[in-house]
Order: sequence, then structure tokens, then C-alpha cells
Amino acid sequence: MGSDDALFGIHGTALQIRSQRMSMLASNIANAATPGFKARDIDFNKALDAATGQQAGSVDDAVQGNVGYRVPVESSLSGNTVELPVEQTQFAENAVQYKTTLQFLQGRVDTVMQALKGDNT
Amino acid sequence: MSSPLSVFDIAGRAMSAQIVRLNTVASNMANAGTVAGSEATAYRALKPVFQQVSDAPGVSTVKVTQVVQSNTQPTKRHDPDNPLADKDGNVWDAGVDSAAELVDMIETQRQYQNNVQVMQTAKQLTLDTLRIEK
Repeated sequence: MGSDDALFGIHGTALQIRSQRMSMLASNIANAATPGFKARDIDFNKALDAATGQQAGSVDDAVQGNVGYRVPVESSLSGNTVELPVEQTQFAENAVQYKTTLQFLQGRVDTVMQALKGDNT
Repeated sequence: MSSPLSVFDIAGRAMSAQIVRLNTVASNMANAGTVAGSEATAYRALKPVFQQVSDAPGVSTVKVTQVVQSNTQPTKRHDPDNPLADKDGNVWDAGVDSAAELVDMIETQRQYQNNVQVMQTAKQLTLDTLRIEK
């Protein structure tokens, strides 16, 4: 799965990474009360580069290679590094970006559909 | 989905864990006023122990491994008229910190809501993705 996807270009890969990032942020929110849990996140730009660059590997490998631990603003006594406001804003931001990517994909699909159907307005 | 744990699994199981926590809070509040005839039999607050569950690297949810008795000590009270009183006329009130339990309840509620919100967002995005063919 490289950048040579003729129909969807970079957006198909981007949507997959966004989806995996959503799972990871959901994990952080789910474990907000688990002692010793370390929050993690994907560096989206680096993961996208790794998935679409010259030596593009699989999307899963690209994501796994660019996961990092969140550095908490305030450390907690239980060793948990989840800070709900941070996770919630990241989750919301990621959801908006997912939707944006989806709009790009929708545009491609619409264009191809129009080309297939011809001018039937 | 390449991952065996979907967002729905993650948020759903976290909600189940929070429900267990809410049940312990309810049990503790229900028993907050109980008295016992000895320190050993007096009620002590129940607390769930949360643990991370991970099937794949990067994604994880949460489960309740066990429910333990807290070390909040029952308070001794001199009440010779109580039918449960021992030979010295003492009874023990349940070891429950009501204020702390209420704080716990609010925290549980907020974290449950967070997981509901995550699930709603994920559902909406999944539906949007399905509708792309239209």
C-alpha cells in the first residue's frame, strides 16, 4: 500500500492512520483511571511520511514505528499519564481531521461517478 | 480494521468497568449507616482495581481485575442501648467515607460520559465512511 493508489492518492492512507490514531486516543480515554497506565499517541505526519515515502512499508508498520508516549503536563501519584483535557482535545481534533480526509475522498468518488455517468444533468 | 480491538470495544469495556465502579459506590453508600457488633465484622468500603488490557500494541482497554476492601477503619462508638453492642457497650460504624464516595461517583460519571462521547464520535465517523459511496 504505497502512494501510488491511483484513485485515492494520499487520502486513503491518511484515513487509515487517522482511524488507528482514533483507536489509540480512545484507549487513553478508556484507561483514564487505570493506575500506572502510560498514554500513547501517533505522530501523524511522520507516520504518513513513512507510509507514503520512497521506501513505503505497510500502513501498520508505519504507524507502529511512530508511536510515542505522552509527556504529562502534571505528573500524577498513581503513575497514570492520561490527562483528560489533552486527550479530549486531541480526539476532537483527530475526528475533525478524519472528516476532512473523508471529504477529500468524497470529492474523488464524486468526480469518478460523474465521469462514469456522463453529462446527465 | 487491522486491530482486534475496535473503538467500540475499547469504549464499551471501559464503560463496563466504570459501571462496576459505580456499583461499588452504590454498595458503599447503601452500607454507610450500618453498624456491627465487632470491628472485624464491620462493613468496609469496596474498591474496584482497574487494569489495562491490551491485545495489540498501541490499543488497550480496561477491566476490573478484582474488588477489594479498602482500609478505611470502622469507627468505634459507645452505644450500650444498641442490640448489637458487645459486652463493653461498643458498636462499630461502617468504614465508609461518604464524601469520598460521592466524589468517586462524580468522577465515575464523568469518565463514563467521556467514553459515551468517544463512542458517538466513532459511530458518526463510521457512518460517514459508509455513506461515501452515495
